[in-house]
Amino acid sequence: MIMRTTIKLLLASTAALLLSACEKPPIAVSQTGFRGTGMEQVYNPRTLATQASLNKAPEVSAAVADVPGGPKAGAIYQNVKVLGDLSVGEFARTMSAITEWVAPQQGCNYCHVAGNFADDSVYTKVVARKMLQMTQKVNSGWKQHVAETGVTCYTCHRGNNIPKEIWFAPQPQKSAGGSLGNDFGQNRAAKSVGLSSLPYDPFTPYFLDSKPIRVNGNQALAMTGAAANRSSIKQAEHTYGTMIHWSEALGVNCTYCHNTQAFAEWGANATPQRATAWYGIRMARELNNEYMVPLTSVFPANRLGPTGDVAKANCATCHQGAYKPLYGAAMAKHYPAMYAPVKAPDAPAAVPVADAGLAVPVAGKVEVSAK
Amino acid sequence: MAEYQNLFTTVQPVGPASAGVPLPPEDSQRIGTPFFLHLAGRLGNAQIGPVYLGWLGLASLLFGTLAFNIIGFNMLAQVDWNPLQMIRQLFWLALDPPAPKYGLSIAPLNDGGWWNIAGLFLTVSLILWWARMYRRARQLGLGTHVAWAFAAAIWLYLVVGFFRPVLMGSWSESVPFGIFPHLDWTAALSLRYGNLFYNPFHALSIVFLYGSVLLFAMHGATILAVGRYGGEREIEQIIDRGTASERAGLFWRWTMGFNASMESIHRWAWWFAVLCPLVGGIGILLTGTVVDNWYLWSVKHHVVPSYPAMWVPTIDPALLGVKP
Repeated sequence: MIMRTTIKLLLASTAALLLSACEKPPIAVSQTGFRGTGMEQVYNPRTLATQASLNKAPEVSAAVADVPGGPKAGAIYQNVKVLGDLSVGEFARTMSAITEWVAPQQGCNYCHVAGNFADDSVYTKVVARKMLQMTQKVNSGWKQHVAETGVTCYTCHRGNNIPKEIWFAPQPQKSAGGSLGNDFGQNRAAKSVGLSSLPYDPFTPYFLDSKPIRVNGNQALAMTGAAANRSSIKQAEHTYGTMIHWSEALGVNCTYCHNTQAFAEWGANATPQRATAWYGIRMARELNNEYMVPLTSVFPANRLGPTGDVAKANCATCHQGAYKPLYGAAMAKHYPAMYAPVKAPDAPAAVPVADAGLAVPVAGKVEVSAK
Repeated sequence: MAEYQNLFTTVQPVGPASAGVPLPPEDSQRIGTPFFLHLAGRLGNAQIGPVYLGWLGLASLLFGTLAFNIIGFNMLAQVDWNPLQMIRQLFWLALDPPAPKYGLSIAPLNDGGWWNIAGLFLTVSLILWWARMYRRARQLGLGTHVAWAFAAAIWLYLVVGFFRPVLMGSWSESVPFGIFPHLDWTAALSLRYGNLFYNPFHALSIVFLYGSVLLFAMHGATILAVGRYGGEREIEQIIDRGTASERAGLFWRWTMGFNASMESIHRWAWWFAVLCPLVGGIGILLTGTVVDNWYLWSVKHHVVPSYPAMWVPTIDPALLGVKP
């Protein structure tokens, strides 16, 4: 009798565990679109609380008084190539902020030669200069993605010398050239694709190269010749893999951007966030190609990947599990050095901005009244 | 006190082992001495054996084992011949078809050639097993319903692994041998061809799949419920309808106004089960060969509902002439 009760209890608890996908309830759902369309975000308040504490922006350092007509950093210090237009006070404030964001343990000497701050012989200084230019490019040239929130060194670094979320091309598989055991670049329970068996390098094709990510055709029927859609199912698996990365990096479901009835459709079937993401992938690609790849020879070998490639950015580099990096804390505006040219942030870029995307409430906050 | 029940029995009456009907002299004989397994008796018949293999069965097992080993050793090689890693990563590992660039040609072994060989051997094995089922049924004087039901499953297997790839002109369109990878393929197929849920044959297939489950539950429950009147003796009840059949039929007429008969319920079940892979196979065969985007196809045929807009429609930035 006791035996039977035990077995029944065991079965019941196993069923409960399996049904909740091993996640302790409550699991919250918030509706983001019309009822019955599955447009909703699923999250766990406990996981979200942990996430929120990990994504807090640091205190903004005290502003320095601006002396009109005061000396510029470029006039006082030697070898200031990017931030020369900053006032001396703002320059010092920026330098100490960067130290806090990137090398809080090592201090100034992580990049500078003690006694000769103008010296470029430490590689990290050369990298830091390029990274400043990159940040300025993001804030001034990619407003379609970062809007007025912008990014600072802290967005990615979070107090680490090297941002936690970076990617390298994976080590080529050992048995790939042999007579059997080719894994075709997939089937590995890779973290890059959320532990699925999808292609484990979902980055190189889209965040470095610009391989076609769209696999759906715009015709109902299969066409022939030039009108044919020749995307393969293997290509679709790559797209799927990179989308898993986006979802993991932002801590959101597919439905944050897509209506799952038709993933490829725009218009009413795509949320405004999808347009923001569209610019995001192009931004990451430009940053990798224009700023990271040229630094390859600057880095020492131990900072490079298994195939000798430089560390590169993807969605997670900034987002780190949050739908907006640091949950949208606007840090950049407090640091004029983060914009190019340093004095006044750029007017919005000439390209059309999908501003609808910036006006829409964020996941987790939306309660759509279903009529 | 222990009690003999008809379907779930705690007491197992054990008699002399049954050798089965004699086989004609041209057939190879059944092998092994039959024995009784108590645990098997809890689920079905306690007698195990004798086993009939015959050359069809042997050949099928041989080809099946070859395919199984080709797949298994490819997986083992992927984890550097580490058996523990093979167990740990088993659900993720796979033997994949060749890349699209090879089309329908035979790729080098390690570029997907192994997949072609494993697929060929597995197909041969399945078809031999089908022939064995057909032959055994005929030898026992049975109808060939089981063989044709199995053929429906083989049809879907061949559509996915052979007919459709041939029509598409590329082995790469086919499914990898692996647990999670074949599921990823399924999802990717749906994503690539604009959502398979808009494929009407896929919808029909789901109807028959869920319908099979429903019918099986209804039938199983009905027979268990009339077991106390001898209802599990279904064959006798078909010929000589007794109170079990009468009560079962009456129950369904009372609850839903219609009842299947003792015989027809098995035809219902057989057709539902067979139609599931049959129509599913048609749906897959049309995907990519005739229809490229099932969602747009459904829009064209006015079966996609439109919902009230909840935000300003998002314009594809690629259409705005945006650089980059």
